[in-house]
Amino acid sequence: MNVKLIAAITAICLLPGAAFAQAGAKPTDPQIAHIAYTAGQLDIEAAKQALAITKNKDVKAFADDMVRDHAAVNKQALDLVKKLGVTPQDNDTSKALTKAAADKRAELAKLSGAAFDKAYVANEVTYHKTVNGALETLLIPSASNGELKSLLQTGLKIFQGHEQHAEHVASELK
Amino acid sequence: MTPRWILTALALCWLGFVSAHAETINVTIDKLVFSPTEVKAKVGDTIVWDNKDILAHTATASDKEWDVMIGPKQTASLLLKKAGSVAYFCKYHPNMKGRIVVAP
Repeated sequence: MNVKLIAAITAICLLPGAAFAQAGAKPTDPQIAHIAYTAGQLDIEAAKQALAITKNKDVKAFADDMVRDHAAVNKQALDLVKKLGVTPQDNDTSKALTKAAADKRAELAKLSGAAFDKAYVANEVTYHKTVNGALETLLIPSASNGELKSLLQTGLKIFQGHEQHAEHVASELK
Repeated sequence: MTPRWILTALALCWLGFVSAHAETINVTIDKLVFSPTEVKAKVGDTIVWDNKDILAHTATASDKEWDVMIGPKQTASLLLKKAGSVAYFCKYHPNMKGRIVVAP
């Protein structure tokens, strides 16, 4: 097995809450499309939970941004897979991400007020770090279709912005 | 097909008729970056933001004097009415920053 790939996967596994733990062969384009789309949908769901609970205007604005941006990126992703005739394929990484997100939502549902705000934003920082790490080291390098690779690169730029935004909101909440 | 430079020349002539001095200054938004980050302008000039991204952005003055919404794949403009150096950012992506230095 490719040493570089093992190193990349190991690095991702070390990240907190990482779901990109599966080793073995690199993901195929239909799997990459599924993972990227799932990661976006999960962040939209997290934002919707936040919008229902938070009373903080910065947290609300951040959650609104997440819904708006991830919906826009996922629309592009759907248009692209349609154009390419690719059917996104469910896989262990998507399943692990979905399970981790469901667990997190259940955990956050028990909180309210400032405690919820802090926990939600802290998780957004971690989540974007994890997904961005996976995009950089695994998903983008593994994508074989040029247009898919390019969309993932655009997505990475956007999600890095989200990570910085989340870090900023987190620092304001302290 | 009409050569591009003729169209450009015509556009420039037309602008010349409208105003002898006012200029249009273009700022491109691509992958969450205002480019150029800083522009120099004069009172009466117009800034046009060209959003190449699939996301909505804003150009919002830090002093809240103006707030321009730029939809995905769209352009939006602002007529500069006051001199001064104004920092601005995108409300939706606060790490996107720019500056307009407006001479009187």
